[in-house]
Amino acid sequence: MEGYIHSIETFGTVDGPGIRYVVFTQGCPMRCKYCHNPDTWEPCGNEKKSTDEILADYEKYRPYLADGGITVTGGEPMMQMDFLLELLKKAKKRKIHTCIDSAGIMFNPNNESFMSKLNELIKYTDLIMLDIKHIDDFEHKKLTGHSNKNILAFARYLSDNDVPVWIRHVTVPGITYNTKYLLQLGEFLAELKNVKALDVLPYHTMGVPKYEALGMEYPLKDVEPLDKKDAENARNIILYGRQKKLNHPFE
Amino acid sequence: MNNTMQPEWNGFVEGKWSKAVNVRDFIQRNYTPYEGDDEFLVGPTQATQNLWGQVMDLFKEERSKDGVLDMDTKIPSTITSHGAAYLNKDIEQIVGFQTDAPLKRAFMPFGGIRTAVTACKSYGYEVDPELIRIFTDYRKTHNQGVFDAYTPEMKLARHAHIVTGLPDAYGRGRIIGDYRRVALYGVDLLIEDKKEQLSTSLVRMTSKNIRLREELAEQIKALGELKKLGEIYGYDISKPAKDIKEAIQWTYFGYLAAVKEQNGAAMSLGRTSTFLDIYAERDLASGKYTEEQVQEMVDHFIMKLRMVRFARIPEYNALFAGDPTWVTEALGGVGIDGRSLVTKMSYRYLHTLDNLGTSPEPNMTVLWSTKLPKNWKNYCAEMSIKSSAIQYENDDMMRVTHGDDYAIACCVSSMRIGKEMQFFGARANLAKCLLYAINGGVDEKLFVQVGPKYRPITSEYLDYDEVMSRYEDMMEWLAGLYINTLNVIHYMHDKYCYERIQMALHDREVKRWFATGIAGLSVVADSLSAIKYAKVKAVRNEDGIVTDYEIEGDFPKYGNNDDRVDQIAVEVVKKFMNMIRKHHTYRDSIPTTSILTITSNVSYGKNTGSTPDGRKAGIPLAPGANPMHGRDTNGALAALASVAKLPFKDAQDGISNTFTILPNALGKDSLFVGNGDFDIELTPEQIAEIEKGAGCGPNEACNIPNLNV
Repeated sequence: MEGYIHSIETFGTVDGPGIRYVVFTQGCPMRCKYCHNPDTWEPCGNEKKSTDEILADYEKYRPYLADGGITVTGGEPMMQMDFLLELLKKAKKRKIHTCIDSAGIMFNPNNESFMSKLNELIKYTDLIMLDIKHIDDFEHKKLTGHSNKNILAFARYLSDNDVPVWIRHVTVPGITYNTKYLLQLGEFLAELKNVKALDVLPYHTMGVPKYEALGMEYPLKDVEPLDKKDAENARNIILYGRQKKLNHPFE
Repeated sequence: MNNTMQPEWNGFVEGKWSKAVNVRDFIQRNYTPYEGDDEFLVGPTQATQNLWGQVMDLFKEERSKDGVLDMDTKIPSTITSHGAAYLNKDIEQIVGFQTDAPLKRAFMPFGGIRTAVTACKSYGYEVDPELIRIFTDYRKTHNQGVFDAYTPEMKLARHAHIVTGLPDAYGRGRIIGDYRRVALYGVDLLIEDKKEQLSTSLVRMTSKNIRLREELAEQIKALGELKKLGEIYGYDISKPAKDIKEAIQWTYFGYLAAVKEQNGAAMSLGRTSTFLDIYAERDLASGKYTEEQVQEMVDHFIMKLRMVRFARIPEYNALFAGDPTWVTEALGGVGIDGRSLVTKMSYRYLHTLDNLGTSPEPNMTVLWSTKLPKNWKNYCAEMSIKSSAIQYENDDMMRVTHGDDYAIACCVSSMRIGKEMQFFGARANLAKCLLYAINGGVDEKLFVQVGPKYRPITSEYLDYDEVMSRYEDMMEWLAGLYINTLNVIHYMHDKYCYERIQMALHDREVKRWFATGIAGLSVVADSLSAIKYAKVKAVRNEDGIVTDYEIEGDFPKYGNNDDRVDQIAVEVVKKFMNMIRKHHTYRDSIPTTSILTITSNVSYGKNTGSTPDGRKAGIPLAPGANPMHGRDTNGALAALASVAKLPFKDAQDGISNTFTILPNALGKDSLFVGNGDFDIELTPEQIAEIEKGAGCGPNEACNIPNLNV
């Protein structure tokens, strides 16, 4: 089966454990204001690659990827469920560590066909990196154009099914870089039993040239980037929120 | 050599090394591999901090004077030309400078008087006219010799930069004396050994044998001068070093003599750490010195290496992007018996990057093997992240050819220490050669006939087979011209600027590598790929010379692990190397080539017209074997896989890939990606700080508190 692929990165070091072969899929329904890959939004376009083609290419780099594996990111990989399922199933057969980097936006408990594929997919998934854009639903809509209800439901689903998860969260001044929301996010994380890591990223502006190249207006023009120290503080606040909730679950 | 154990060798395991010069045997029998971590390391002593403070002030002053603190204009530099100089005699553990003051650059006219004078002039120094007269009227230099013998064709090719960066007006460098021999044997035993070599050398007086006898005599004299250099600083180095302090000092005197005598393009130190560790282990065991004292000596030694300076012309600095000395020290690696050669001293050397702060010199080079101890790998990685100052080379690959006692000259040239040397040969610009093939030997920038007047390509669109066949003819010409130019250079360098002390620290029978080099490989591969897989139209000026190219369509680009183009690069390397192999090389040396520009690619690009890959005239070539900037689109491993296809046996002098990556792109801090342990301990004050913001709305000005956790 073929999927729409934006590009391949053979030396991915920030998309899961170890050195990883990263497949960027094409297409994403979200329109996050700070998205640094707007060139992956369109669902069709760029080139098509088959799962066998990708895995054959993976083999060329296997010695380097011994402590890593394959990561499918995007775009939103779950927009191409059938392709994703086949790719990870075949990868697992080859004993490759598999990881999906997703914002969970495709999750819909009422969509039977999707759910049956997902139930199958998690059998072949070693790790999911779940990017929670905003904990507050109203703010989430403003930031991404979508509600976060299904995203949070996806997080609970993964917890219930014991799929290891890394949570990612980008701190943006004026949007998520805010004590109240960080604490709220921490409280939510307290509900989850499967979180292995919490990666809080400082907002950066490295995607801006892409907008210029695509002739698009960059929505967060006036927002200053944060540095690592800021993200570290934000992370500590999230952890504090989580701990407080765990210690006093009924407050 | 004398058969008796020297008293200074007390406690060492005897072997071949105690009966004949054989440092490797000494190391193998006596060193202690270290598999532990970096916990034993100690910080800088007060004396180290004081001295380093002084050095930093000197560096600052040097920078404020356009990068040159002071220059000698009166004394031609020799091993014994200057008196002693110190930073602070009372606290300096390791002593010795090139001239009579720290950072003062020596006057070294033997490579070429004009270059030496220009170097001084460009920084506002006037050389004593009497010296200029002596080295013009009475004493011929290397540079004069070369230009006496060059053919008009060689001079033109040099002028057009198709052969470029040639060491015909500066020292060739790339020779590593086995400075450890000074410490292990003391100078007297080395002189005795050299005398024995002279007395047993061939007496049938062919020019070859006469030259060897004269050179051995020069080496013996140089060793005598080395002993005097020790005396100038109050040391008797005629005997072997008796402890770690003397071992470092003796080794350094050997190196110092070399940098007093030669202004070489690269003046590597060798592979000294594991050798020295044997002395340190003996002294630590006996209680003679403490870890603090040993580290202090190492810190002071490295400090000296950071202060090596040469007088150079601005063009040289432009070529090499700065003022590098290439004091390369090879660390670690694995022995042929499978034991790791990492010792505590390997750690101490890298630890100077902490104790003194980071520095590009000495060029710390880790010989990397998959078999290295895990702790050492971790430590190297940690120090790389901290200092960005460590170079890595593939020991598993080089050990096959060079054994386990080789070192690196300059950045990649591997050679057995004291047994092999190299004739450094700069580069042939293969990108320019391709343009010559298209234009029938006419230079695309100078518009004069530089290469042979072969038929130019006249079609509007370039045909792959036609271009390839012309290119091979032109490479054939270039290989011959290049090798013969280098033959002249090395003949004259031996004659007028012989590396006396460095060769005195070699065996009599040395293997000589005749190093050539390639510039512009990725441009050539992409150009040929464009011609093959896209359509390339030649744009000609009114005289019919192609000055630009227009490409229609896409083509595979080197650096994406795509065999269609990568194999073109492989073929070009193989072909050119085989053409080189056809020619006579000076002194029975073995031809090799390298693909390794690190900075000079910028200057080579400046002198190269537009190329069929779409690169415009003057744009830098990619460094070494790198893909052209921005053309590798599948990430680092794909780019490296392309580079790794180049055959080492046809580029044995080294293949380099310059790789820059943002630290953030190299992986996550352990803080952000943990093991799921999210417990956090906060003080009541910190909690109060957080709670203050708990009710904060989205648009309210409420800053995140700085928790300093």
